Amino acid sequence: MTATTKSLRRWGAVHKWTSLICTLFMLLLCITGLPLIFHDEIDDLLHNQVKPAEAPAGTPPANLDHLLASALAQAPGKVPHFLIWDRDEPGAMWVSVGPTIDADPTNNLLIRMDTHTGAYLDSPDVTGRFTYIMLKLHTDMFAGLPGKLFLGLMGILFCVAIISGIVVYAPSMRKLRFGAYRAQRTRAVRWLDVHNLAGILLVAWTLVVGFTGVINTWADLVLKMWQFGQLAEMTAQYKDRPVPSKLTSLNDAVEVARHAVPGMTPSFVAFPGTLFSSKSHYAVFLHGDTPLTSRLLKPALIDAETGTLTDSRDMPWYVSTLYVSQPLHFGDYGGMPLKIVWALLDILTIFILVTGVYLWMRRRRTGVSQERAIANAASIDNPALTS
Amino acid sequence: MVVHRSLTRIFAAPLVIAIVSTVGLISALVGDGWWDAVSWVALGLPVLLYLLFIWRRRPN
Repeated sequence: MTATTKSLRRWGAVHKWTSLICTLFMLLLCITGLPLIFHDEIDDLLHNQVKPAEAPAGTPPANLDHLLASALAQAPGKVPHFLIWDRDEPGAMWVSVGPTIDADPTNNLLIRMDTHTGAYLDSPDVTGRFTYIMLKLHTDMFAGLPGKLFLGLMGILFCVAIISGIVVYAPSMRKLRFGAYRAQRTRAVRWLDVHNLAGILLVAWTLVVGFTGVINTWADLVLKMWQFGQLAEMTAQYKDRPVPSKLTSLNDAVEVARHAVPGMTPSFVAFPGTLFSSKSHYAVFLHGDTPLTSRLLKPALIDAETGTLTDSRDMPWYVSTLYVSQPLHFGDYGGMPLKIVWALLDILTIFILVTGVYLWMRRRRTGVSQERAIANAASIDNPALTS
Repeated sequence: MVVHRSLTRIFAAPLVIAIVSTVGLISALVGDGWWDAVSWVALGLPVLLYLLFIWRRRPN
């Protein structure tokens, strides 16, 4: 056996095992990910939402203190965690409230408010929605952080499977033109061609979507890192101060932040004591206005007792990496045509997974070792495979 | 006897497609309008090629 053959067999083994371990989970991710590409459209279709009042261009937004008060009137006994501007619907804002300030925000109630009138719209329970169930299956399989990190690990295996797949593509194609599809042959040959063709065509996309998905599974850890790193640094002098008994105006805090960071638009406000802020600050997160900079957030910390600016810094690289990796995973950054392309690529990925499993089962049944089959180009014409 | 193809020949087309895909992935992040359109075309290319190769049922 030559050194090349030996090395190819090793790559074949890597491709087989990494693929086999992650395939079932990758299928789950591809299938649940498909409707998630269109989650806005599906939600609009399945659920009625109260429409915000028509507001001609230039209508000034409602005073945020009033808006917050009307929102809290809908949820007696709850405390606000976040105030969020709706990315896609400028007429609406969200107030996220929980039972206490240190309660887990993932169980928060979301109250939808009219940006311009400050009036209450609705507070839909999203947890029963189809898209919510798909999202939970897709991100953590209802298993919390361990589930997330586990899927991240499967994503890493998927990336290794793709890279080893590129290597073993070469011996497979030694005698074939690029794009060869032997339509007249048995299913084993045809599906091998489909697997090779779709696999090699989608290499860049599957690697990027796979790896950005892995990065997204680390979001909670990245947030913790930022909290104990940059956020702690920015608020060091407040460490031993008591929690302010009465908060200053939210509306003024957002205005101060707007002036401190000119050219950027508020994205959300984290109230004092939440994960995204200190005990003593409103953290106003602002974003830019190009497709890329609209994903990059910059916090401005406003002292919640005096209403003055404490500090505003660009987020560290690891947070920026997370934010940039999100659109690249979701495919939501180029309008409806990009979403459709994303869906088609997702379907082709399902083909790659299914044909891959089929080829493995077929070879197992016929007793041809996978490593040998991959390393040996002639195996395509092996009678065991083509019979 | 079929002539064995060199690695360069095997990987030439995949390399070009990978580069075009990468341009498509980045383009829509950079801007709107035409930038988006570049993304649609560049990322639509692998899908189109797939359909083309599968439907071109040429006898062996």
